[in-house]
Amino acid sequence: MEILVCVKRVPDSEAQIEVKEGKALKIEEKYTMNFFDNLAVEEALRIKEKVGGKVTVLTFGSASSLDVLRTALAMGADEAILIEDENIPYKDEFVTAKVLSKVIKDIPYDLILCGREAFDTSSGLVGPFLGKMLGIPVITMVTKVEVKPEERQLEVEREIEEGRELLKVKLPALLTTQKGLNEPRVPTVMGLMKAMKASIKRIKAEDLGIKPDSILEEMKVEISKLWEEKKKRQIRWIKGTPLEMVKELIELLKTEARVL
Amino acid sequence: MGGILIYGEHREGKLKRVSYELLSKGREIARELGEKVKAVILGNRIEEAAREASSYVDEVFVFEDPILENYNSEVYLQILERLIRREGPSLIMAGATLQARELFPLLGGVLECSVIVECIDIKREDGRLSYVKPFYGGKILGEVIPKKPPHIVLVRPRVFPVKEKPSEQGLIKKMEVQVDMSKVGLSTLNVFKVKEKVTDITEADVVVCGGRGLKAPENFKLLMELAEVLGGAVGATRAVVDAGWRPQSEQVGKSGKTVSPNLYLAIGLSGAIHHVMGMDSSKVVVAINKDPTAPIFEYADYGLVADLFEVVPILIEELKKERG
Repeated sequence: MEILVCVKRVPDSEAQIEVKEGKALKIEEKYTMNFFDNLAVEEALRIKEKVGGKVTVLTFGSASSLDVLRTALAMGADEAILIEDENIPYKDEFVTAKVLSKVIKDIPYDLILCGREAFDTSSGLVGPFLGKMLGIPVITMVTKVEVKPEERQLEVEREIEEGRELLKVKLPALLTTQKGLNEPRVPTVMGLMKAMKASIKRIKAEDLGIKPDSILEEMKVEISKLWEEKKKRQIRWIKGTPLEMVKELIELLKTEARVL
Repeated sequence: MGGILIYGEHREGKLKRVSYELLSKGREIARELGEKVKAVILGNRIEEAAREASSYVDEVFVFEDPILENYNSEVYLQILERLIRREGPSLIMAGATLQARELFPLLGGVLECSVIVECIDIKREDGRLSYVKPFYGGKILGEVIPKKPPHIVLVRPRVFPVKEKPSEQGLIKKMEVQVDMSKVGLSTLNVFKVKEKVTDITEADVVVCGGRGLKAPENFKLLMELAEVLGGAVGATRAVVDAGWRPQSEQVGKSGKTVSPNLYLAIGLSGAIHHVMGMDSSKVVVAINKDPTAPIFEYADYGLVADLFEVVPILIEELKKERG
């Protein structure tokens, strides 16, 4: 089974993020592989361990994204591809999916895995966009995968509002990963050493015929401004015996907060 | 061409609350812009949902067929794509639900148009619409402007109020259901419902959320009782979901769900940043924790430093008395 995994380097959820002015952000130097993408890498490795094949990880980013590719290699991925975007300061999900699709159409694959959403954009668009650009079925929020290689299909469980549903999907397909799918492994020292020496394929966006100008053309949205979410609440402490506390709380919820 | 199209998501033929919110908001925007507002509903046995929606809009497109009983993204996609290409709405609105967060990004991929996910505000300047959405798990908010129509906008539940049902009656249009099954690459084998009749935490007026302070899974029945008295739903932190005490569908936070109820009760949970990202848009937050330094108190309107096992049973009793 040839498996492709799309990953992204994002700020850690604990990182301090400030808006400098306009749209410029100051982000603390705490970066990591996106949480859901880590699940995708792990699932790809588990499928490979079960049925054989190859795992290739891809990212569209700058040279600083090499570290997340090395993490994936250290976990056990076979190959890594960096699509470099040095001259493109901001791109939307549509452009990201377009660029990934241009690279992916020249690679043989049976399955593509993406995270449910990236922490920075919090949207979950690249996976579905990419799947439709490639013309393959997409299942989002996947919590379980069972491979049926002889039938060229998967049985997949996804989270739905009422609980879970079990689906059957023909390959090739694209899945996005939800928490609960697996517990990602921690790379071993051996794995890390191997990853440091591994060569990572680098493709320049320009070599795909993508110019910064045409990217701007292709973008579907523009962010006009960013601001920090202000802390909205001022706490009011409720004290006394448990009964006094409860009585005061109910009173405040009724008369002040007006939610009861 | 133009106009607004609202996706009338329903569960077993009953419109979801978020659908009413969007029907209300969509109608308001359409009236301001002097455009038409329409709705589309897919499913089986959906007459009631169609009738309900028709009071808010000029026209409802009803796709009713047994093959639409269960949501199948590829089947639904074919129908919506054809309708939208023909109708050409400039704005398409749906709730940011699990179903719509799959279906509409796929539609955006097919139509090659903008999709704005988890929209929490819609602004209008010089007749141009822009949308506010969270970035970085809600630490940052941003205003997004699509470059050209159509705009697909997935609105977070409970952001806009439900307006009283207008007295007029829009047109209900029964549509022919045409699906090319040879192009459908996936099928539903089974649906596992966690519980019958469960209120989804993203739609509940009150969410009672518990963390590791509950000490054991069976103690969640205390929170379930409290939620029942308040007419709300139970949520859980990542820690207790990971421990297997509660199902994934109840998890509030970055890797779970984002909720914005009128009242959020945080009970026996510390308030890790990834949890706060999922509840900070609640209207009123009450925190109950033994530890006065727990970060959750920084995000609460009312704080009780107390043992939950003492306070919660009394709270349940007093609320029961209140409600007779």
